[in-house]
Amino acid sequence: MKNVIFAGVGGQGVILASKILMEAAMAAGYDVKESEVHGMAQRGGSVDCHVRFGEKVYSPLIEKGTADFVVCLELLETMRKLEYLKGDGMIIVNREKIDPAPVAAGLEQYPADIEDWLKANVKKHLVLDTKAALKEVGSAKALNIVMLGALSNYLEFTDEQWAAAIRALVKEKFVDMNLKAFNLGKGLAA
Amino acid sequence: MPKKLMLGNEAIARGAWEAGCTVAAAYPGTPSTEILEVMAADYREIYSQWSPNEKVALEVVAGASVAGARSMAAMKHVGLNVAADPLFTFSYTGANGGFVIINADDPGAWSSQNEQDNRHYARAAKVPMIEPTSPAEAKEYTKIAFDISEQFDRPVIVRITTRIAHSQGVVELGERKENTLKPFERNPQKYVMIPAHARPRHRFIEEQMVKLKTFSENSPLNSIEWKGRKRGIITDGVAYQYVKEVCPEDSVLKIGFIWPLPERVIREFASGVEELYVVEELDPFIEDYVRAMGFKVTGKELIPILGELTPEIVDMALNKKRPAADIPAYTSKIPGRPPALCKGCPHGFVFEVLKKLDVVVNGDIGCYTLAVLPPYSAMHSQGCMGASIGMHTGFEKARPEMAGKSVAVIGDSTFIHSGITPLIDLVYNKGTGTVLILDNRVTAMTGHQENPATGHTLMGEATHELDLELLCKAVGVKRVRKVDPKNIEEFEQTVREELAAREPSVIISSRKCILTK
Repeated sequence: MKNVIFAGVGGQGVILASKILMEAAMAAGYDVKESEVHGMAQRGGSVDCHVRFGEKVYSPLIEKGTADFVVCLELLETMRKLEYLKGDGMIIVNREKIDPAPVAAGLEQYPADIEDWLKANVKKHLVLDTKAALKEVGSAKALNIVMLGALSNYLEFTDEQWAAAIRALVKEKFVDMNLKAFNLGKGLAA
Repeated sequence: MPKKLMLGNEAIARGAWEAGCTVAAAYPGTPSTEILEVMAADYREIYSQWSPNEKVALEVVAGASVAGARSMAAMKHVGLNVAADPLFTFSYTGANGGFVIINADDPGAWSSQNEQDNRHYARAAKVPMIEPTSPAEAKEYTKIAFDISEQFDRPVIVRITTRIAHSQGVVELGERKENTLKPFERNPQKYVMIPAHARPRHRFIEEQMVKLKTFSENSPLNSIEWKGRKRGIITDGVAYQYVKEVCPEDSVLKIGFIWPLPERVIREFASGVEELYVVEELDPFIEDYVRAMGFKVTGKELIPILGELTPEIVDMALNKKRPAADIPAYTSKIPGRPPALCKGCPHGFVFEVLKKLDVVVNGDIGCYTLAVLPPYSAMHSQGCMGASIGMHTGFEKARPEMAGKSVAVIGDSTFIHSGITPLIDLVYNKGTGTVLILDNRVTAMTGHQENPATGHTLMGEATHELDLELLCKAVGVKRVRKVDPKNIEEFEQTVREELAAREPSVIISSRKCILTK
């Protein structure tokens, strides 16, 4: 059984990244379940998806303390998901910060120590700078796929399986861009 | 058969299609919205429509059922409150073509104003209710619901929760059943509920519910999974999955038939274990029933009545432990990320003005409800769809001195849903209130659905575009003004003038949603 949490901010494409992972897992013959957030919470709020695959999956939610991977598209969101991580679980996080409304309004502070804290306290961590990759792809919207590419280094699926999953879920005219983003992400984590 | 990953809601649309459903209606509402969206996009053999509200949707579907069609309504939990009036009497008139209602509860109130448990409706309205535990079951149970409906002449409710609606799983696809339209017969004794017809129909449905209890007791939707006999857990919905996850050694009774509950099966299970537990979200619906049967049972002493369950809540409750990594606690404060109005949202201009004028705002249901939060903090009451206008009238009647210092604020779709009758009331009862209709030309919060004011149907056809201005004038509002809120000075001046006017007024704040393509 593998448990993966994708987290980020509404609009970052967390759900699409999860769907591609699910598609790859199903094509590889696994039972798959997932849980996602719709509706009001999406309006610029925190968004997460729980993806689980294995022989037989019951719960669509990952139990706290059992996530193999927490993949975060925004730095602060990582901190809300820490308690899901299992002892030898891995955090993969994009270094980018997006100020939540209370910070933008000057009412609260964006913690300055998150990156250092993660490096000091989480055994398996990968803090990624995705700026150059996104520039090369030519679209900041491809962040979700860059992060998925980074995650792919630690999962068993082949490049062909990943490419098939991407083709199944993104519009045809964006396939090449997303494949490029995926490979650049893969390179970032290697 | 091919397999596909599907959301619970997508699976329900597929289930209705496979069952040969030909008519469907709904009003959008998280977590049920995607059911009809998927229908209109992928299953065009089903005529599907957005209705102005859930009551109308249920009536459209009832009419289709009487005409002989397999028909389905979908709505969120509070939507069934709106549709409760037709529900309780359509329970009497029953079904001709299969008559199915999908009801989506929202434990945790992820996107709702309350956490009501609609399992109670099944008992109160005397209709069968079934509840899947996964997307795969959501598809199968939807099909089964049509069969039960036709077999027992009852509307059937399929109850789901957010965590079924918005979770994905592997679903096996089947073929569509064709030619499901049944003959229509004029039968006023069945379809016209004057008292003389209602009394015998009441007897009939009581008899049907007795038969349905036996049916439930023999239904594969309820299943006992024997493991250890020390502990037995009765559970339903997504809670079943959590129980299977964290209590693999315990015996489990999965309840798929929520109403009527399978008494014989419960008795068999309860008698076969040393300790009996019920794990269910929200109210002790099953627990109370089991206790009334005379069994000693543990439920809400351990399982929260509030909010949504999770695997760790069930693990802690039943096993007094849960897995945890040895990561030290992070001690800096993590700022929240509440949802907020989008940058450039037309509602933002409106609330800037209302905040500045410091008026009491009777609010309503939509994206604009977010104005209750900073930076606007400019909403002071809100309850249900359409409540703003009636509450505004009541506020004025109680405090006439506040008449020029309060407003009602309601979105276009919400106004059409439930705001027209209270506007009639305001005029009829000589209120002097000011109503702001935030017309962004879309049902925005649920994800941009069409409505009667957008000029397009769910299935994508052009249609008559409801003229809100004309409508307000027709109900007797003489002062109706249409202003673009982005012209903020003009907008403020308009609000000032209408607040000062001692007669009913409507300001239509007219600007498209910033997310409209």
